[in-house]
Amino acid sequence: MLYREAGDFKTSYSADSQTFPIRFDRWGYYVVLALAFGVVPFLINDYWASAVLLPFLIYAIAALGLNVLTGYCGQMSLGTGGFMAVGAYACYKLMTSFPDVNILIHVLLAGGVTAIVGVLFGLPSLRIKGFYLAVATLAAQFFLVWLFNKVGWFYNYSASGQISAPTREVFGIAVTGPEASAAAKYLTCLSLAVLMAWIARNMTRGSVGRKWMAIRDMDIAAEIIGVNPLAAKLSAFAVSSFFVGVSGALFFSVYLGAVEVTEAFGIQKSFLVLFMVIIGGLGSIFGSFAGAAFIVLLPVFLKNVLVGGLGWATDLAAHLEIMILGGLIITFLILEPHGLAQLWRLTKEKLRLWPFPH
Amino acid sequence: MTDAQAAQSTVSADGRTIGEVVMEMKNITLRFGGVVAIKDISFDIREGEIRAIIGPNGAGKSSMLNVISGFYHPQEGEVFYKGQKRPSMRPFEVARQGIARTFQNIALFEGMTVLDNVMTGRLNHMHTNMVQQALWWGKAQKEETENREVAEKIIDFLEIQAIRKTPVARLPYGLKKRVELARALVAEPSILLLDEPMAGMNVEEKEDMSRFILDVNDEFGTTIALIEHDMGVVMDLSDRVVVMDYGRKIGDGTPDEVRSNQEVIDAYLGVAHD
Repeated sequence: MLYREAGDFKTSYSADSQTFPIRFDRWGYYVVLALAFGVVPFLINDYWASAVLLPFLIYAIAALGLNVLTGYCGQMSLGTGGFMAVGAYACYKLMTSFPDVNILIHVLLAGGVTAIVGVLFGLPSLRIKGFYLAVATLAAQFFLVWLFNKVGWFYNYSASGQISAPTREVFGIAVTGPEASAAAKYLTCLSLAVLMAWIARNMTRGSVGRKWMAIRDMDIAAEIIGVNPLAAKLSAFAVSSFFVGVSGALFFSVYLGAVEVTEAFGIQKSFLVLFMVIIGGLGSIFGSFAGAAFIVLLPVFLKNVLVGGLGWATDLAAHLEIMILGGLIITFLILEPHGLAQLWRLTKEKLRLWPFPH
Repeated sequence: MTDAQAAQSTVSADGRTIGEVVMEMKNITLRFGGVVAIKDISFDIREGEIRAIIGPNGAGKSSMLNVISGFYHPQEGEVFYKGQKRPSMRPFEVARQGIARTFQNIALFEGMTVLDNVMTGRLNHMHTNMVQQALWWGKAQKEETENREVAEKIIDFLEIQAIRKTPVARLPYGLKKRVELARALVAEPSILLLDEPMAGMNVEEKEDMSRFILDVNDEFGTTIALIEHDMGVVMDLSDRVVVMDYGRKIGDGTPDEVRSNQEVIDAYLGVAHD
């Protein structure tokens, strides 16, 4: 009934290793999913979709991707923005070259293209670690953005240098382009976010995930028990880039509709996603969502409170917003360096014993 | 390996079978720049035995273990494994051949639970590809469950059931050592290398660990090569002992032979002053 393990006996190893071992928890997630799929699409409007839900879901996918690489495999990356750009441009080229193919397939293929690019830029990780690797991935960030600006083929030689998503349909309903409704966009992003989270969970609980974590925690020991460091690191780069590529494709095609690479996928995007992962919790699927929610929702929330609630001037509120956000990030990191996911974990541990903590 | 050596299958007093030579080190020399860590050492490890390597600090024992596990590559000499000359290999390739080890300063994966740590030891037995894992369908799930069963057997064997879901970082030293043994053991190695399995333990923990080492050898027939400083433990546990000093081998034989070897006494064991 309550948040308890007692009486919830596991009789097989697969039941014991399931994602939500506590029944209450499991049902909680089912309810959230049911609401997200069944109720929210009927209530959603353009403001909620474009200010809150779409960026949250899309950034959550990017954060999942970076979490696979940094949180699970321990490889620092500052190239997230660049890899999102690869996803976006791959999606654009696919959409314009093969207009008859389903957009969802294009989005996933764009992820695949990004995975290949990610592996290429992941090669230095075999020789360099930590901050030095971060600097090497920074090269990827700048190179990719430069490439998409410089080579006209990528943006089909459009005069503005922008790429804009043509209208594409899924099951006869437009999900990209100006006619797409908020609900359709939302459901597309939600479905992909759920799919991606499920894949990430599966990969991190099995032998692939253990290889990544072994490399993260102690690479020498990992190699001595039989983990091929080359294969493990590159697979992390591939999977991570796949996720980031999918998020970039969605960011461009479904969310913004038209992007200019320097503006949309610059270095600040890389840092933004990195903040999400750090605040949410490294090495946690839940943390990726929590971090994305924190970074996306807090500014919106603060704006509503300061401008809408207290009636302050917009510019003053905008400055305060940045200061409060920065302050909160620092406070959080001091109080709980392992992020929101760890806070959540501790809360759950307490809940299990509540109301008799001894 | 000669036929004569292969034929030397003996049954020791307690009924264990010591088989043929499974690993042979021939004239190994390992240098780091000008420092000679190991100088022209040859010895062998026979199947099913407990082989100890002892010697004072800096004698080159750990270097020897690192040569066996492929971490260092000797400049001279050859390693024969199961009768075949072993080419120069990366450590993970050596591990896949069935050689597992523990470390002097515990090298567990601190961010993972005990169960996950033990399961990483099974990695060489898990072969589903990434797509199967991503979908967590049929084969991936089945493989996970099968390997979990093996892992649970070892967890039972080493009596760490109660902590299987605890993150390793929270465990005390003695238990960490045991988890590390579990991780090495679960790979079902043909040779298990233990680098100072009892370092830093109190008498009780040492007794526990000794019992586990003997049980492992007895129950699974695992060949064990270990480095240890506690002479009482070494002499009690091992079938044969190699003694090293300054990178040279100064003694090799049964505990009794080694104990009465004058050179070994001078270099390492010393004499009792009463």
